[in-house]
Amino acid sequence: MRNLSLTVPLLTAPYLRASLLGAMALGFGAFTSPAISQEGDDASEPTQAEIAAIDEEQEVHDTAHFPLKKPELLNWSFAGIFGRYDLPQLQRGFQVYREVCASCHGLEYVAFRNFQGHGGLGYSEAEVKALAAEYQITAGPNDEGDMFERPGIPADRFPSPFPNVQAAAAANGGAAPPDLSLMAKARGASRGPVWTVLDFFTQYQEAGPDYIHALLTGYGEEPPHGLEVAEGTYYNPYFLAGASLAMPPPLSDGIVTYSDGSPETIDQYSRDVSAFLMWAAEPHLVERKRLGFQVGIFLIVFAGLMYLTKKRVWAREAH
Amino acid sequence: MEGHSTYQPKNGAAKWLERRLPIMGLAHSSFVAYPTPRNLNYWWTFGAILSFVLAEQIITGIVLAMHYVPAGSLAFSSVESIMRDVNFGWLLRYIHANGASLFFFAVYIHMFRGMYYGSYKEPREVLWILGVLILLLMIAAAFMGYVLPWGQMSFWAATVITNLFSAIPLVGPSITEWLWGGFAVDSATLNRFYALHYLLPFMIAGVVVLHIWALHVSGQNNPLGIDVKSKKDTLPFTPFATIKDMFATVVFLILFAWLVFYLPNYMGHPDNYIPADPLKTPAHIVPEWYFLPFYAILRAIPDKLLGVIALFAAIAVLFLLPWFDTSRVRSAKFRPIFRQFFWIFVLVCIGLGYLGSQPAEGGYVIASRILTAYYFLHFLVILPVIGLIERPKPLPNSISESVLQGSGAAAPATGSKG
Amino acid sequence: MANTETADNAEPTRRDFIYIATGGVAAVGAALTIWPFIDQMNPDAAALALAQVEVDVSALEPGMSLTVKWRGKPVFIRNRTAKEIEEAEAVDVDSLPDGLARNANLAADAPASDANRGADGREAWLVQIGICTHLGCVPLGQQGAYGGYFCPCHGSVYDTAGRIRQGPAPENLHIPVYSFVTETKLRIG
Repeated sequence: MRNLSLTVPLLTAPYLRASLLGAMALGFGAFTSPAISQEGDDASEPTQAEIAAIDEEQEVHDTAHFPLKKPELLNWSFAGIFGRYDLPQLQRGFQVYREVCASCHGLEYVAFRNFQGHGGLGYSEAEVKALAAEYQITAGPNDEGDMFERPGIPADRFPSPFPNVQAAAAANGGAAPPDLSLMAKARGASRGPVWTVLDFFTQYQEAGPDYIHALLTGYGEEPPHGLEVAEGTYYNPYFLAGASLAMPPPLSDGIVTYSDGSPETIDQYSRDVSAFLMWAAEPHLVERKRLGFQVGIFLIVFAGLMYLTKKRVWAREAH
Repeated sequence: MEGHSTYQPKNGAAKWLERRLPIMGLAHSSFVAYPTPRNLNYWWTFGAILSFVLAEQIITGIVLAMHYVPAGSLAFSSVESIMRDVNFGWLLRYIHANGASLFFFAVYIHMFRGMYYGSYKEPREVLWILGVLILLLMIAAAFMGYVLPWGQMSFWAATVITNLFSAIPLVGPSITEWLWGGFAVDSATLNRFYALHYLLPFMIAGVVVLHIWALHVSGQNNPLGIDVKSKKDTLPFTPFATIKDMFATVVFLILFAWLVFYLPNYMGHPDNYIPADPLKTPAHIVPEWYFLPFYAILRAIPDKLLGVIALFAAIAVLFLLPWFDTSRVRSAKFRPIFRQFFWIFVLVCIGLGYLGSQPAEGGYVIASRILTAYYFLHFLVILPVIGLIERPKPLPNSISESVLQGSGAAAPATGSKG
Repeated sequence: MANTETADNAEPTRRDFIYIATGGVAAVGAALTIWPFIDQMNPDAAALALAQVEVDVSALEPGMSLTVKWRGKPVFIRNRTAKEIEEAEAVDVDSLPDGLARNANLAADAPASDANRGADGREAWLVQIGICTHLGCVPLGQQGAYGGYFCPCHGSVYDTAGRIRQGPAPENLHIPVYSFVTETKLRIG
């Protein structure tokens, strides 16, 4: 009932926006803290600038439902009925993950073997073996009962940067960096009732990568007036759970060197790593869509035949 | 189910079996010779579609159970291994997850059809009650199934729903601890929910048998809502209804495939791809879409116990629907006033569903309260009153007459019982 | 459906064609649908990925054995003594209950000579799946009348080359695919 009881004060005082925001902020815990400054009761006539400021603050209150800004919708190669992963893009995205994200974020459900072939990132068996061997895996216990380190093999999963959640939280100011294996399916901004209905027909399933891209490129904006960004957090209007988050901007232009001549910009890095994370979350996407097309064709033909059969059977009977 | 059979065992083996266990004759009379009104429309195919979905859910469920591990520490990762490593595991899981959604989609259409055409009225009250019982079992099965992936939504759905029972005076807290097997939702809760989730579909199948039995005793209702009067009014179930049901099921499968292959996570919530964390509730928890109207009713009441009572009452009134409706005419086709209120009721249910998905604040709460009040008003006041004041249109003399002449044939409205 | 065919005799062939086509498509669809439900029970991708193990055998002196797990089964790795090899070589292959080598690295009809049982070029090394070919128990090493393996479940006796000599087991102990990656490193699978 805990989370329901949270709604009860809102029910009794639905228009007290400040308390509403406060209650929501409580819900986000240590991860975010969008502190809203309260305008004091000023007896004097407000100046023009102050009125504008109040209006802006009002706007912040009205958009208390995060994210403050909706993500931009991108054209992904894996969108649509014939969607396919762009293997060079996945490889670049993996490079970004490896050189930037992996220092804090794990990828615990992805194994090195998943990288092999066309269902993976397009790497050969030898490349996957070499890649796995670059990582040290804790294995054991051996005959003496001790754990030991050994080079990775393709069957191993990605080792996490921290031994456990507590260590991850301790090393990151109390907010453990989430695992990224499922990030592209575990996030998505609400689309509102109209788009939600339309998405059924347009087959929009890319809210996750759109969100990741928007978040990674969304740092650096000036917070709206009246919104104080809490110490140790970074303003990002695309963040789902508040106005700011504990992760500092991870990317900067040129931080990763691409070998295929792709632009070395925050935007390109964000696109690539979002695509990679979509693959990590849904490795069977291409197989799924291909099979779905075959099944769809089959069912439409079958339905047509069933309709003709039904018409034949019923032909002589009034109904 | 007996009584319609013209089954004659053809060969020696069939005769031998029939004398010892007349199962072929039973099947023949129930699914071949069984007379169906000849004017059934496609809204009547949802029974077959639901049977198909139940079978599909049981089969995919058994298969998933071969790979799933019902332990707090392993449940989430075992689902991921189904999605990544098990051959066709992703397909089986997406079928099962979306199948649950489509089960409710189909059952709601099936129920609204029954409401529109008055299929719950005498002599089909028990048939209707068995149907509501199936809905109740489906709700329990779906809820427990939703807990199994052990993501954030699973965990907090389990917490919130089990906490409903804590509203019961005096024994509430003891009951919730008994449900949990601990002091909060935990691995023990998951394990028992898994056992029950495995059991419930078979209970549903059992009640479905009773439901079909009751149906075959009273015979099917039909779009005119009048009784079958002669053999001319009916057609044998096979091939007529069978082939129509099969065609409708294949069309339904196209929708199913669209969801499974192209929108597998459309019905789900992203938060359920985050492993369960007992220390952090997601900012905005919502149940699966098919529970949203009931959830809106729960939240509309600003009191814990009363909210829970309203939630259960919303289902309880369905059991009593046959007695709230005082009209003796079944089909809305001949009930001009009821027909309008039926569609208002459908819109109210959809509206409640929308409000259930929105945060409980401001105008949403007020709207929820209005629609909740209307929901109960529909059953408790509107239905009884319409039945008394409405003047139904004249009913046709018989199904065959109506079918052959269009719906022009008129007879004085002396009630559907003829 | 038979009674429907009496009416509307105008196009019997076209109607028959529709019935047959629909039935045929339904049968194909049902058959294809069954496959995922069967295939899901096959070893999954994670199980297949682990179907290869590498073992360090540098510590194995002659007369020492090592048992490792491969595909969930024990694999006996033995560095045989000269005496054991001698005993095994002395046996007439034609007199054996099972005359085939059962060595996955060789042709299926290779005879069960000691050279065909031991590792290629390293006859002292015997690598076999430690599963009795009778009903799947794990035999005990260096036991039984022939100094090889003895299965306690139903009394099958194998010699020092893992060949069945007495008892109900029909075949010699199976030899998995393996190779020496280096002098001291063995890869099974």
